[in-house]
Amino acid sequence: MTTPEPRPGFLTGILALLGCQLVGEASVRLADLAFPGTVVGMVLFAIVLGIARPKAGAPLTRAPAAMLRHLQLLFVPVGVGIIANLHELGRWVLPIASGLWFSWLVGIVAVGWLVQALLGFGRAAQERDVDG
Amino acid sequence: MGDLSGLGATPVLGLSLTLGGYVVGRWVYERTGRHPMAQPVLIAVALVMGVLGVFHISYDDYMKGAGIIGFWLGPATVALALPLYREFALVRRAAVPVLVGVGVGSLVSIGSALWFTQWAGGDETLQRTLAPKAATTPIAIALTQSLGGLPGITTVCTIVAGAIGAVVGPWLLTRIGVRDLRARGIALGSVSHGIGTSRALIESRTEGAFSGLAMALNGLATSIWIPILFR
Repeated sequence: MTTPEPRPGFLTGILALLGCQLVGEASVRLADLAFPGTVVGMVLFAIVLGIARPKAGAPLTRAPAAMLRHLQLLFVPVGVGIIANLHELGRWVLPIASGLWFSWLVGIVAVGWLVQALLGFGRAAQERDVDG
Repeated sequence: MGDLSGLGATPVLGLSLTLGGYVVGRWVYERTGRHPMAQPVLIAVALVMGVLGVFHISYDDYMKGAGIIGFWLGPATVALALPLYREFALVRRAAVPVLVGVGVGSLVSIGSALWFTQWAGGDETLQRTLAPKAATTPIAIALTQSLGGLPGITTVCTIVAGAIGAVVGPWLLTRIGVRDLRARGIALGSVSHGIGTSRALIESRTEGAFSGLAMALNGLATSIWIPILFR
């Protein structure tokens, strides 16, 4: 029995992610911006993907897709950090519940209505164009 | 007889606890028929905290191994470019609704989180902790760390905001008359990130695509608004 060839390209994706993050972290430090370097890295990687135009399952996207599939694993260590805040958590049940629930509610209603209204305006404008 | 006290100094403890907790979390999630409230990360966090408490393992010892997993949050944030790239064509189809909707929506989410937290008696640390909760979790964590919030609480609250969206989001959108699939997707992705997107995908391919796009753009918008608001 022969060992199957390892699927190539996994490391390409990892290196691309780390490279974009590195450039992102470097640029926010150089520009002295209070902006997460990883988010700059995300924009850079989106540009790289836009230029490379990889197909689904291409080497460049394989590792990133795998990481997104198990994204929740990566939150566990930070989440466990709540162990240091159990005292605050008890004291803050009400403001946390309020900030979380009401803000979520206001947010979803605002975006839902706003986007639906904007889509409606766009359609009306297009129809006017067609009608001359 | 030897003793286990040196085990805490090796990374294998935190690594295996984290991975083990997550595997059990996934299993429970599947067993509940993927109920949105049974998010694997919430189950894993509770289990790991239980083990640390029972065996008197300090968080610092746990992080010697868990930090290795936590490091990959950075590259994973970069990987969010993938949904952005995949669904970007949708921006061209409806640029104004998508960009204005997500841009205004993220400002409303941050502003209302600040206001409602203070209104119910929270202090500034808690405001900083909850401000980025509508963004996708890795970005929310990065933002709360830069603001001096409490990342553990941010993580749990962000996940819960996602779960609320998956449970009541579609029902609420129907109730308030938002029937356009694009608007529904953008609304769900803007306030409930990836967990809302999973729910949107169950409703329709279009709704899921717009939700994924809104999740990525909202992460970007929240990162822009927060440093401006907290300068």
